Amino acid sequence: MAPYESDDSTLAEEADDLRAGRRKAARYVVPVAVVGVAAATIGLVPALADSGDPDLPKISAQELIEKIAASDVQQLSGTVKITTDLGLPDFGGLGDAFTGGASRSGGDGSSADPSTKLTELATGTHTLRVASDGPDKQKVSVLEDAAEYSLIHNGKDVWGYDSKSNEVFHGTADESAKHDEEAPATPKDFADDALKAVDDTTSVTVDGTAQVAGRDAYRLVIKPKDDGSTVGQITVAVDARTGMPLKFTLTPSSGGAAVVDAGFTQVSFAKPAASTFDFTPPKGAKVTEEDSTAAPRDKRGPEELGGLDGLNVIGDGWDSIATFDTGGQGIPSGSEVGGDFGGFLDSLGDKVSGKFGEGTVFKTRLINALITDDGKVYVGAVTKDALVKAADAAK
Amino acid sequence: MSPVETSAVQGRGELRDQPPPTRSRRTTPRGTLFANELLTTFRRWRTLALLAVLAAVPILVGIAIKIETSDGGGVGGGRGGGGEGPAFISQVTNNGLFLVFTALAATLPFFLPMAIGVIAGDAIAGEANAGTLRYLLVAPAGRTRLLLTKYATVMTFCVVATLVVAISALAVGALLFPLGDLTTISGTQITFAEGLGRAFLIALVVAASLTGVAALGLFVSTLTGSGIAAMATTVGLLITVQILDQIPQLHALQPYFFSHYWLSFADLMREPVYWDELQKNLGLQALYAAVFGSAAWARFTTKDITA
Repeated sequence: MAPYESDDSTLAEEADDLRAGRRKAARYVVPVAVVGVAAATIGLVPALADSGDPDLPKISAQELIEKIAASDVQQLSGTVKITTDLGLPDFGGLGDAFTGGASRSGGDGSSADPSTKLTELATGTHTLRVASDGPDKQKVSVLEDAAEYSLIHNGKDVWGYDSKSNEVFHGTADESAKHDEEAPATPKDFADDALKAVDDTTSVTVDGTAQVAGRDAYRLVIKPKDDGSTVGQITVAVDARTGMPLKFTLTPSSGGAAVVDAGFTQVSFAKPAASTFDFTPPKGAKVTEEDSTAAPRDKRGPEELGGLDGLNVIGDGWDSIATFDTGGQGIPSGSEVGGDFGGFLDSLGDKVSGKFGEGTVFKTRLINALITDDGKVYVGAVTKDALVKAADAAK
Repeated sequence: MSPVETSAVQGRGELRDQPPPTRSRRTTPRGTLFANELLTTFRRWRTLALLAVLAAVPILVGIAIKIETSDGGGVGGGRGGGGEGPAFISQVTNNGLFLVFTALAATLPFFLPMAIGVIAGDAIAGEANAGTLRYLLVAPAGRTRLLLTKYATVMTFCVVATLVVAISALAVGALLFPLGDLTTISGTQITFAEGLGRAFLIALVVAASLTGVAALGLFVSTLTGSGIAAMATTVGLLITVQILDQIPQLHALQPYFFSHYWLSFADLMREPVYWDELQKNLGLQALYAAVFGSAAWARFTTKDITA
């Protein structure tokens, strides 16, 4: 609180009513100005912070891929933001509706079980924290509202801790490798998967540079050459110094927002504190051992798949379509199932017909599946037309 | 904008409303007005009743958890999934300190801001209503200084109200549940002393989260001469914003609602602390305080005081 200037009083006496009125109105300029400055700051600061693309020595796509392969980052910690938009209804609610009853009656499924938890990453935006110190110590945490799900690998122990329900999942290290494959979370996981698909049906280019999480990076663009693919292009930002993929973006050929966008918002290559990887189950937390309940549940899936008639892959590269015969009837139509679930089925699928007969196409923004009425299934990251063509060709 | 800047900008027109004061009278000790305001506010039955309600919330939550878990089961254990109810509730039975976080998470969406809304809404309008505002202005304090004093009083109430919840929760937690080292929500262990430190920090962040509502309430309070109307408007705005914050179609606007990042205080319980949303929350509160504080100043220093 500043003291008043005493000369104000003389000025005030001179002022006439009109000027006083103006001066009164002028005070409202202050809040308006504050709003204006705030709006300008919100609008401008990201633009200013985006200091343009860094200047880096030219590099060929081949060299960049080798750099990624040679990248041997053992120690890092950072924050990853991952946004997935497959064009599906929210999995969270859906998963509950379909599996809620089953998993609760079937053996007390722990909410700290990684396989249940990591599927939630398939839709929406999530913030993850990752930390790694060599091959034996890793930690991935999914940040939730006032809660967190952590998956900690330390030596031969794998701990899952769900702070919301205070439940703990405990497994052994062999299993952790499997879980990692199930759910790619870091940009590196995604990039590795994408590079596996690189062959002569793909064009790979280096498209300038970018700044990711405050680090200079090359942009590697992977584009399928086939038109039938729903994958528009994949952009991987590769850290110029370490060769570590920092950001992964998959845009569909239909345009629009990225289907998968996973990138570091903050990253450090320093050794994380050792205590990060220490975990002791909190007092009173419910601990689920992997062997007792999770393993049988996990195995159920493959067994069911094994019952299907042989799985074939038609075509190669990005256009490849997996096909198998369920041997039975196709998907029941909505009216047969009836009720809400039937309506839901109908709303998901498109009826199509062709030389192969009739079927239903289930579409997402990336993966489409055609299930014919005689029970054959065609699945691939390809357009609806390509699926119909494949089905016709198979006849 | 800081209070200092606010008062530096003012001057001129405001003094026309008053006789030119002499310098000697102007040097009333700064603290006196503030101390008087504090005494007046905290001696009101209304204020004490609000604080009593706030203190009762952790007691009720604590007893409810104790009864539900007395058979040895966890919170929400029968329902399999757990995780219902306010944040941290499932950890309370194992560590009483978590009751502090649960209680703050339970009171922050409604009880705390409602109490602030009542006190802030009453600050100017209540005086006008009771006909005491002009007597306050007769004292050579100046309108800006009176307004700043009122705001400081409301802010003090924010801190006191939050601490009342936190301390009541800590006492209940210590009585009903074991205390000891605690597990952060990231799964790492911290000592009880560090946990206490974080609880205190969280209480401060919660109090700071209320500055936006406080400024909003003060502005509304300068608009009307009726204390009840100002309180009702502030609490009404609070509820409206909370509802709008739940509507998914408005997600583009939601980051600018003062209540949007309130629960980010829980990020202090991560290891390492996740500062992103905490910073956004504090920045947003500062913005609300600046906008509505200066709007309240513009209104209060130019309006005709008739009551």
